[in-house]
Amino acid sequence: MSRLKDKVVLISGGASGIGAETARRVVREGGRAAIADRDEAKGRTLAAELGDDALFLSLDVTQEEQWRKAVADTTGRFGGLHGLLNAAGVGVRNDIESCTLEEFRRVNDINSMGTFLGCKHVVPAMKETTAKGGAGSIVNISSVLGLRGAAYALAYCASKGAVRTLTKNVALYCAFMKYNIRCNSVHPGYIDTPMIAPRLEAPVGNMSGKQWLEELHPLGRLGEPREVADMILFLLSDESSFSTGSEFLCDGGLTA
Amino acid sequence: MSGELSGQVAIVTGGASGIGEAAVALLAEQGATVISADIQEGKPAPARFVKHDVASESAWKTLLADVLGREGRLDIVVNNAGIGGGPGNIETTSVETWQKVNAINSEGVFLGCKYAIEGMKKTGPNKAASKGSIVNVSSIAGMIGSAGPTAYTASKGAVRLLTKSVALYCAEKKYGIRCNSVHPGGVDTAIFNPLWQMVGHEAGKALVGGRHPIGRMAEAAELGQVILFLASDRSSFLTGAEITADGGVTTGLMKRGLLG
Repeated sequence: MSRLKDKVVLISGGASGIGAETARRVVREGGRAAIADRDEAKGRTLAAELGDDALFLSLDVTQEEQWRKAVADTTGRFGGLHGLLNAAGVGVRNDIESCTLEEFRRVNDINSMGTFLGCKHVVPAMKETTAKGGAGSIVNISSVLGLRGAAYALAYCASKGAVRTLTKNVALYCAFMKYNIRCNSVHPGYIDTPMIAPRLEAPVGNMSGKQWLEELHPLGRLGEPREVADMILFLLSDESSFSTGSEFLCDGGLTA
Repeated sequence: MSGELSGQVAIVTGGASGIGEAAVALLAEQGATVISADIQEGKPAPARFVKHDVASESAWKTLLADVLGREGRLDIVVNNAGIGGGPGNIETTSVETWQKVNAINSEGVFLGCKYAIEGMKKTGPNKAASKGSIVNVSSIAGMIGSAGPTAYTASKGAVRLLTKSVALYCAEKKYGIRCNSVHPGGVDTAIFNPLWQMVGHEAGKALVGGRHPIGRMAEAAELGQVILFLASDRSSFLTGAEITADGGVTTGLMKRGLLG
């Protein structure tokens, strides 16, 4: 249980869903998790549960100053930074006719600009850490909807498409600069997290929302946060040392 | 003038120069009434020029009202306007640059699609295969990575996926409106001005062209032809598609440099 021994990982959206599951796994694998989230109550509870190897940080991913502080607090407490998981995000249903400019911007600010700011502010800290040895890894959560379109996920599709190409940009830049920092995107299908909870309640035709979403996936069920966290753990660890700029699917066969 | 777009009305954003200017010329040549909408001053012919900021929703409302009022219909919208946004990488790109590039390249296309649909729905079919065609100009930067401008790369990824959502939505609603994205490689246009200023036009063209399997950069008219195809009923079964016109760049493996 030491795949991330002594690695420090900052996790946006770390208080719930995929982010929280990853925080648990990071600590269990010998690493340290900085849980950054807007939800203080949930984040602090999780950090307390994980003990000395975890830290809670209040973070609104759209605010550059808060990213600066989150990175500084993480390195201040744990002495370095090896990993970043950009898991904070919002899922909103809208289409090209119903989506307002304000809504389009809000979704893109959180999902896309938030990921940009995370990458931007961890790179200097990771450079410093990796200069003393070891490697850095950034994992950005995109979506199957960063690969395929959906009629009622207009702003979400745009934001996740941006994360997909942003990831490659960061990966290639760090490679050319010889920073020893990798960057990959993860594309989950529908995972049983708070983000999709409203969808489970809303019936589609004569099916429950849950059943409808389950049947979208060839595996016939929703993904569990643990299954995405397992993929993220692989990407954060040195096991994936030759992967950068890549798209990692975890979608129950949805895009197959 | 008669041609395959005879009787149709088209808006081309960024129509004053580069790919947009080439598209304006080709659409007009095929008989379309073309409105060239650009924030920079454009030529009065063969299109009607309208000063237009794609990032402004009120400008889109005004433009649509103007086009429907004067031409009575809308069949084609080419969302071509875009900016490079300078060389900022993941370490140097400011929030201001990020927001400016995304406001034009991504929000501008979002608004262009939104008001295209509003206009096309109102005016009904006037041609064989479809009620309308929206063509969004993305980039190969929306497909493969580059270590180049971070905000630009992200904005073109947004356009790529936004296009698919619009295509599927219009298909499901049976609007008869198609929406596709075009992904140019290096095209000899003003977006490369910063590079031309650094190394000179000819040397720059050779440098960028050398990164394309086909051995050269594209001329704007070559992209104009792709846009014309997507705008016309010849592409009536294409929707949500990604059309690369990149001299083979995304086709295989290539050695990439910092700007590649």
